[in-house]
Amino acid sequence: MKTVQSVDHVVIRFAGDSGDGMQIVGSQFTNTTALLGNDLATFPDFPAEIRAPAGTLAGVSGFQLHFASHDIFTPGDAPEAIIAMNPAALKANVADLKKGGLIIANKEKFIDREFEKAGITSNPLEDGSLSDYQVVSVDLARQTKLAVDGLGLSGKETERCKNFYALGMTYWLYSRPMETTERWINAKFKEPYREANLRALRAGFNYAETVELFTSRYEVAPMKQEPGLYRNIMGNQAAALGLVVGASKANVPLFLGSYPITPASDILHYLSGYKAHGVITFQAEDEIAAITSAIGASFGGHLGLTTTSGPGMALKTEAMGLAVMTELPLVIVNIQRGGPSTGLPTKTEQSDLLQAVYGRNGECPIPVIAASTPSDCFEMAVEAVRIAVTYMTPVILLTDGYLANGSEPWRVPNVDNIPAFPVSFHTETAGFKAYSRNPETLARPWVRPGTPGLEHRIGGIEKAEGTGNVSYEPLNHELMVKTRAAKVAGIKVPDVEVHGDPDGLLVVGWGSTFGAIRVAVDMARREGLRVAHAHVRHIHPLPANLLGLLGHYGRVIVPEMNLGQLVKLLREQSLVDCVSIPKVQGQAFKIAEVLTAIRHHQVTEAK
Amino acid sequence: MDAQPRTYAKKDFMSDQIIRWCPGCGDYAILSQAQTVFAELGIPRENFAIVSGIGCSSRFPYYINAYGFHTIHGRAFAVATGLKVTRPELSVWVATGDGDALSIGGNHFIHVLRRNVDLQILLFNNRIYGLTKGQFSPTSEVGKKTKSSPMGSVDHPFTPSALALGADASFVARTVDIFTKDQRDVFRAASDHKGTSFVEILQNCNIFNDGAWDQLTDKTIREERCLFLQHGQPMVFAGGKKGIKLNGLRPAVVELGNGLGPDDCLVHDETDPFLGAIVARLDYPEFPVPMGVLFRKERPTYDTLVNDQVAEAKAGGAPSLQKLLNGGETWTVK
Repeated sequence: MKTVQSVDHVVIRFAGDSGDGMQIVGSQFTNTTALLGNDLATFPDFPAEIRAPAGTLAGVSGFQLHFASHDIFTPGDAPEAIIAMNPAALKANVADLKKGGLIIANKEKFIDREFEKAGITSNPLEDGSLSDYQVVSVDLARQTKLAVDGLGLSGKETERCKNFYALGMTYWLYSRPMETTERWINAKFKEPYREANLRALRAGFNYAETVELFTSRYEVAPMKQEPGLYRNIMGNQAAALGLVVGASKANVPLFLGSYPITPASDILHYLSGYKAHGVITFQAEDEIAAITSAIGASFGGHLGLTTTSGPGMALKTEAMGLAVMTELPLVIVNIQRGGPSTGLPTKTEQSDLLQAVYGRNGECPIPVIAASTPSDCFEMAVEAVRIAVTYMTPVILLTDGYLANGSEPWRVPNVDNIPAFPVSFHTETAGFKAYSRNPETLARPWVRPGTPGLEHRIGGIEKAEGTGNVSYEPLNHELMVKTRAAKVAGIKVPDVEVHGDPDGLLVVGWGSTFGAIRVAVDMARREGLRVAHAHVRHIHPLPANLLGLLGHYGRVIVPEMNLGQLVKLLREQSLVDCVSIPKVQGQAFKIAEVLTAIRHHQVTEAK
Repeated sequence: MDAQPRTYAKKDFMSDQIIRWCPGCGDYAILSQAQTVFAELGIPRENFAIVSGIGCSSRFPYYINAYGFHTIHGRAFAVATGLKVTRPELSVWVATGDGDALSIGGNHFIHVLRRNVDLQILLFNNRIYGLTKGQFSPTSEVGKKTKSSPMGSVDHPFTPSALALGADASFVARTVDIFTKDQRDVFRAASDHKGTSFVEILQNCNIFNDGAWDQLTDKTIREERCLFLQHGQPMVFAGGKKGIKLNGLRPAVVELGNGLGPDDCLVHDETDPFLGAIVARLDYPEFPVPMGVLFRKERPTYDTLVNDQVAEAKAGGAPSLQKLLNGGETWTVK
């Protein structure tokens, strides 16, 4: 009789070749776990190469999942279990495993030929190097072959089912039902692959139950969630939905111009499937055509949108200036990745912040906002649309690879409860001036071509105040530069909320560092340190209360996945000696890293 | 309800902006023909949108009383694509130059043509960078001495019509700034064509490249050196004294008379892409330069295809945004 241990949270990681189906297995485990009512956070980690040579370190693809019976904020620092499909996957991941953690190893791949590919000299399953861990080695290939016997699958096809066998084992180990994945397999595969994958999944489950491999199995109770309808959501998915909802709340149709780039492409994929909602997607010939087509659409009275990452953002900068000059609404979503140049296409980073705020020719102010969790990508996408159409301005929404591909449960909002901000196009001919301004927002009128009597010309050359005619007048230029700056500076943004102690050390973060900072701050407070967390979602302009807070706390640290970019803005605007906590490894902060920084910079009470 | 006049005079398309092209610039003649034709087309003025890039030619929208967008260098095609796809009812015209369209905008140029977005492209080809004060352009001849090529340009030039056909353009025409009647005919044909209409206008920059086209367009020699194409008619020029004949796959100039008549000449079929490839390659001095519509064959336009898909997706009735948010797998917490 095996014991069942109740635990309040688990971190597991699936790792294998990029062709081993680890991302599928990870997302299946995620969906099953979400439906069970656990809180969860995921972190897929894959190589830039689609199929790097099998068995090599370069080809290792991973999927980490943290699930719990309580609120969690990160995919977890260190896994308790690793499912390693080959020696390279073990080698690349074992250092992260908790002492005493579980390794499920695919035995058939632990042979000399594979060791050579992975750069290992001896068999880790036998040489004692894993003595700190609990190792279960299973011959997945042979077991899978037995399970699908008689279905007429080739050797290669049989091999492809083994990820489901491994998934079945983990379902048993963590007391997960198979129904969600069975449903998915039924919908996704044709015979005989449907039957083969189902058999592999169930065989893995039964094998784990029958064979004396595991000393115990685990269960993680559902967490107490606020009542409502929930789903699991990834950041890019949330952003796509937010953009559709935002356009609907603005009552203008959405046009996306985009060029495929990792990790932003999924937004293009999602939106191209939403044609029934009136969304037009244009897969452009390059990044520049992507943004300029969106500007053309905005000129035409649609909401222009462009999505990109890293180097694509650099290519769009001239066109952003055009949108600033012509004061057309435009949403630019940058899914940040490791840079510069091609950098680390599949890894995460926050190093485009200063580029977003400053990186254009001329005095070229653009509001910048940032999402902090996968589901926050939805809210911030709606917010980006709101700012764009209310103030007639391009808006940059920053997310990153970690948010884009990470997932979490999301209490689905009721669409009707999201406030609307409908656009009214200007149609009045009397006294029309293309660059007259709304006294409150400083927005100029938005006129759709086709409106009789309002024919006018706009362009990238400096505009005369009011008429919008070409003007080279020195004082007019200065006036317009200042007006554009004032318009962006005057955007009303909500105050930043403070979590934690009313004095002591303030940890200021932005973007995807939210989870790691929030957990580290709470842990530090449990240790008795006085510390608080403020997470900035509006970066340009900053929330009105933030500078006061910086002065009030006096001691401020700013963890960022860059060499210190937000910290520069904060120091410049507040003159408070904020301290940068940089990390630039293409990896998210671990909670422990933030906690160490908090301990180091804590305010020692005067006794 | 609609009180807007539907008949226009040329002056209705003249804006209140002071025209800042150099006196004597070929652009004036092009602007004048465009305004004349726009007034005749029967399209409400508010439905015209003129989009341009950067360069002397790209100041064009400011001088036309319609909706206009002076964008950034080389990108007018992409801006116009976004506009036309979202607003297919508009008549969208792109004004561009040899540098704007073929150098910095080269990528957008070929892609707008292959997609066949329903736009009219007017390419003002003066074989020079004018606004930046005289550097060689992608259509400048080899050996051209300019500020940036003091020993003569070593760049091989594009033939815009051949490039356009290579990109599967559905309408390719050529005209000259000073051939005002031909120009208006070509503009009308371009407007009538459903798809991307590419019009190359040989234009004189009297400051930095004066007389660039004189060897073709001067009154005394134009009959000899231009081939005025007519669909279904034999390719005859020089007042009927010469014609183009095909020897195998190669065209040749033949003297007519002595038993050779127009019936022996190549007949222009503007719908034939193989013939189009030959016509687009005819160039001075070996051949007369073809004028008029070189190629025209309609195929589905990009803006129509995109909007058809949206309409098809919408055919099932208005979908629920809430359902979209809920997605596939959900669970309820009570």
